[in-house]
Amino acid sequence: MTTHSEIHDDLSFEDSYNFAYLDEQTKRMIRRALLKAVAIPGYQVPFASREMPMPYGWGTGGVQVTAACLVPDDCVKVIDQGADDTTNAVSIRSFFERTAGVATTEKTTDASLIQTRHRIPETPLTEDQILVYQVPIPEPLRFLEPRETETRKMHALTEYGLMHVKLYEDISQHGHIATSYAYPVKVDDRYIMDPSPIPKFDNPKMDDCPALQLFGAGREQRIYAIPPYSKVKSLDFDDYPFSQLRAPETCAICGADDSYLDEMIIDDDGGRMFVCSDTDFCASRQNEQGFEPAEVAS
Amino acid sequence: MTPLFSVNNITKYYGSQIGCAGASFDIYPGEVLGIVGESGSGKSTLLNCISDQLSFDEGHIFFDMQDRGFCNLANLTEPERRMLSRTDMAFVHQNPRDGLRMTVSAGGNIGERLMNTGARHYGNIRTAAAEWMERVELAAGRIDDRPSTFSGGMQQRLQIARNLVTAPRLIFMDEPTGGLDVSVQAKLLDLLRGLVQQLGLAVVVVTHDLAVVRMLADRMMVMQKGHVVETGLADQVLDDPQHPYTQLLVSSVLQV
Repeated sequence: MTTHSEIHDDLSFEDSYNFAYLDEQTKRMIRRALLKAVAIPGYQVPFASREMPMPYGWGTGGVQVTAACLVPDDCVKVIDQGADDTTNAVSIRSFFERTAGVATTEKTTDASLIQTRHRIPETPLTEDQILVYQVPIPEPLRFLEPRETETRKMHALTEYGLMHVKLYEDISQHGHIATSYAYPVKVDDRYIMDPSPIPKFDNPKMDDCPALQLFGAGREQRIYAIPPYSKVKSLDFDDYPFSQLRAPETCAICGADDSYLDEMIIDDDGGRMFVCSDTDFCASRQNEQGFEPAEVAS
Repeated sequence: MTPLFSVNNITKYYGSQIGCAGASFDIYPGEVLGIVGESGSGKSTLLNCISDQLSFDEGHIFFDMQDRGFCNLANLTEPERRMLSRTDMAFVHQNPRDGLRMTVSAGGNIGERLMNTGARHYGNIRTAAAEWMERVELAAGRIDDRPSTFSGGMQQRLQIARNLVTAPRLIFMDEPTGGLDVSVQAKLLDLLRGLVQQLGLAVVVVTHDLAVVRMLADRMMVMQKGHVVETGLADQVLDDPQHPYTQLLVSSVLQV
């Protein structure tokens, strides 16, 4: 006779989860929302977001979308502000290693699914890849019109003048469009969409992108998508066209002059350096140049 | 000559209570209609019904549209009705806070209707906003200030500019001078009268202030308990009221 504790000992911790943590009915529900989102590019599809074993704001929406998309031979990469080695990225990556047993990688080119918080990788994506964004606030009109009933109507009737009021305010106060992240875009000439808080430097990468781009907002219970090769246009005025923004420096480690840079404070005397925010991009450039990979202090 | 706007037998019930019953009138271009009555007489209900902010139970509203002529507003689709309410029609609220975006600068407030109807050139929008600031006697230098830094009278003038920038042909006003002191009221009425004459606007103005009607309106309607009890030329009704309630209303005005 086997005791309860013996059964429990037989099962490894990993085995006690369904593949990719979520139960099959939940994944089915999320996939239905994803299909609808792909069919109507930029439209926010409501879905029954589940409680996840992490707080809201840590990527509960992205994790659910990733879980619903994963198959056993997927290779997952997770980035947080471009970096593979930050808390959020490491813990979500180990979450899927543990609950789905899938391979993980830090190399953009090796990944079949990339979950991201606030960046798009510098390395161009391919048709074989899915990019999953973590979205805090999916409604681009939220801070202009607080009523959800009204914003839905505005989306339905394509009444988007208000979005330009925000850009007008930017120019009147700062002399240029000062919005530098979460810069609103129009997808497929129809819906205005919040691209999640990516820097506007990344906005042009969404346009005509070969990869499928999926957006999950867990707390707000919304999923939306940009199908491959869709038209994504950043909003602007005729006399104030959209422009990218990056620090006018080169990466202090790899010397890249075309990547998005993080500013790091390195001492108490105002010393600073600029380095690539995309750690994989920076590391692969270092390899090409024959640098040894940077030692990690233990 | 067809009327610009025709209201036919509008009736609105709140449960078993009558909001307003059987109100009908026509408005021609350039004409100002005053609707007066005490609190609870149904004048605001009627105004909200005819300005597409409240659904009503019976009756029809017709508008002489620029592209398709005289037609029943009930036959328009919702996008068409909403487009109409921000191009050919406008609504001036009693409290400017209801009609303005308090967190957006004065220029943005005036420009919103332009951007809503497709304007995408910052320079042109700003020029139009500055022009309208001057027309309603606001200093153009305050174009980047938020309405929350404006006085009540200035906010009301800003609300009027914001509504007139797309050159509407019909304006609804709900107590436009309510809550303003008398000298500011007089200035605002002066401004409104000038704009109405210059632009040939048709206006429906709801008020309990008979002085506003006397100054502004060509014709007036008196409402009591949801019913229209008297209509006629404004001067005629005010100088020779026929209905007992109108007589009471006119005789209640304080003579200073």
